Amino acid sequence: MLVLCPEVPTPGFSFENCKRNALLENKGFTVPKATKTGTTIVGIIYKDGVILGADTRATEDTTVADKNCEKIHYLAPNICCGAGTAADTEMTTQMIASQLELHKLYTNRVCRVATANQLLKQYLFRYQGHIGAALILGGVDVDGPHLYQIYPHGSSDHLPFITMGSGSLAAMSVFESGWKPNLDEEAGVLLVRNAIAAGVFNDLGSGSNIDVCIIRKGSTDYRRTYDEANKKGIRQASYRYPRGTTRVLSTKIVDVEEVSVQRIEPERMDTA
Amino acid sequence: MFDITAPAPPLWSNGPSPGAFYNFPSLQSAPSDFVTHSQAPVTTATSIVAVAYNNGVIIAGDLLGSYGSLARYRNCPRILKVNDNIILGAGGDYGDFQYIKDFVQEKIVSEECLDDGVKLKPKSLYCWLTRIMYQRRSKFDPFWNNLVVGGIQDGNVFLGTVDKLGTAYTDKIICTGYGAHIATPMLRDALDRNPNPSQAEARRLVEKSMEVLFYRDARSYSKYLIGVIDKDEGIKIEGPVEVPTNWEIANFK
Amino acid sequence: MSLLARPHYPDYSTAPVQHQFYPYADNGGSVVAIAGDDFVVIGADTRLSAGFSIYTRNQNKLFPLAKTTVLGCSGCWCDTLTLTRILKSRMQMYAQEHNKTMSTTACAQMLSTMLYYKRFFPYSISNVLVGLDNEATTLSGTAKRRFTKLGGSAGALLQPLLDNQIGQKNMEIVSKEPLSQEKALKILKDVFISAAERDIYTGDSVFINIITKDGIQEDKFELRKD
Repeated sequence: MLVLCPEVPTPGFSFENCKRNALLENKGFTVPKATKTGTTIVGIIYKDGVILGADTRATEDTTVADKNCEKIHYLAPNICCGAGTAADTEMTTQMIASQLELHKLYTNRVCRVATANQLLKQYLFRYQGHIGAALILGGVDVDGPHLYQIYPHGSSDHLPFITMGSGSLAAMSVFESGWKPNLDEEAGVLLVRNAIAAGVFNDLGSGSNIDVCIIRKGSTDYRRTYDEANKKGIRQASYRYPRGTTRVLSTKIVDVEEVSVQRIEPERMDTA
Repeated sequence: MFDITAPAPPLWSNGPSPGAFYNFPSLQSAPSDFVTHSQAPVTTATSIVAVAYNNGVIIAGDLLGSYGSLARYRNCPRILKVNDNIILGAGGDYGDFQYIKDFVQEKIVSEECLDDGVKLKPKSLYCWLTRIMYQRRSKFDPFWNNLVVGGIQDGNVFLGTVDKLGTAYTDKIICTGYGAHIATPMLRDALDRNPNPSQAEARRLVEKSMEVLFYRDARSYSKYLIGVIDKDEGIKIEGPVEVPTNWEIANFK
Repeated sequence: MSLLARPHYPDYSTAPVQHQFYPYADNGGSVVAIAGDDFVVIGADTRLSAGFSIYTRNQNKLFPLAKTTVLGCSGCWCDTLTLTRILKSRMQMYAQEHNKTMSTTACAQMLSTMLYYKRFFPYSISNVLVGLDNEATTLSGTAKRRFTKLGGSAGALLQPLLDNQIGQKNMEIVSKEPLSQEKALKILKDVFISAAERDIYTGDSVFINIITKDGIQEDKFELRKD
């Protein structure tokens, strides 16, 4: 029977532990809490396109898990997506990126930002906020530059400037006092840098460096570590251990009798 | 048959006697032997923004008294001249602030009655308020406020704050409520660039902060008071000042 | 009819509405102390924070109690303010009653008693009391002698490093030389550099007290600000 009709695993998430977890919870077992992750991500519209920015700190509760992580993800050649680093945002953007690539090949056109927005929000809405992806979506298409803010429940906003994450208030103060329509690129990048810096220095959930991504019509410029906002302190002492510091628990000596060396010349790959 | 000799039925039966409350049966109100205070704030005021400059302190707070999400009272001043060298600002529960204001002013009056020329200094008031706030938090009945004390202490500028737990610190920039999240980053950045601003520069910074707070804090208001205490000019509290707003970008597509 | 079957009308409930008020705050901070034979160094970072925001970048958390006794505090700042204020007045009372300053060991005992007095509404503070006594140096956690001690948000992160570098734990080659003041200071600063890298509540700068028989010498050291 199994041979004739192989069982195809159902696509999507596995919910096999849900019942067990509910039972455990009823018996008084405390469910592990999701760790709070801080971040600062921003985006603005300027004269020729969109600029996205992000900090690079990933936190696990009160400790820093990654000091230089990437929060600006690729979605399509003309669309980028800033987000926190949780697994949800990562997987969601990867999945939507592949759908957009297929869509592009199928239609033979540059994807619209509105399409990406619609795909993302419809996907997120289906899971009623359980997929905790909070995103800033930015890109340039035939319609010009677009910037969307997407929440985990599937709502979205189309705005000229956006900040998200625990540093969003700090970053927003920079935009509210400095953003103007039709900024030039230099002023725009500086504004985004300052907004992220405000999050980095004033929000404990954000920190380390500043990444910037500029999307113009026809070109994308991803500046990883645009500004190293924080330098690590210089160590005063040396912490090298002299040989023999570690205790040797057991020793086993294996004699290697003969060693033959054979040299292999590299060959050209067959490309015929 | 209607019996005319029978006494009239009671007008009010099967319920509480007039003026009393009806007790619904089977309500689970746990009888408690201990006193439960710690009321939540009711009429609240939002941020205070304060900056110490080279010659004094500027402090601003809007005039709104919010009732939950309702913009209930639109003339709630909360920048207070305590005496010639202290200025006090408060956010949080407005009733608690009025109570604090009463006993602070009472202290000033009793001090003036002594007429010994000794005047309360900002550090003393700051320290005293810290003790009061801590005492109330230890009784689980806190004053639900953030207090900001500015002033001149022996020719030096003083700026400090106390919250409802009694957590107190001094700094060159103090913002409470939403201001701590929105105004502090702007002010810290400005003071990093120019560590000793003049009164005019500090005032511009505070005004800008109030504008941005009005854009983003949903419990804020466009009219505010601005108080200045200066080594040479003394104290003045101005207002109501109107926030200059520009909502053009709201229409930007 | 069973009473339980009655519908429950929350609007008519007469039970008192209880609001959350939590009398403690975690204001972060780390304190590290290292003792040598005739000195102690103690450092505390100067960041005062709550939640995800920084209250101030410049808060001294070291409290000199006597000429050669210093207390470092981290945790709930309002408790710290209260405790240190009471300590200060009790130091003064002792000095006036006995016509001498309290010794470090006596300070440690007094601190322990004062903390235990509040056993059922405790001060939520990590205390590190350091100082010199008559013979050598003393370093106390809550009245327990040790040679390295730390408290606060980065405590668990750093204790193994200090155990290794100062306590010379888990090493076969152990230096016989007594710990010099320079080395202790270097390690103290490096420990804070590392803490600022990984603990979000530690940063801005470190305030250091170096205690020798001549008194207390102050030092400051910058850390990252993010």
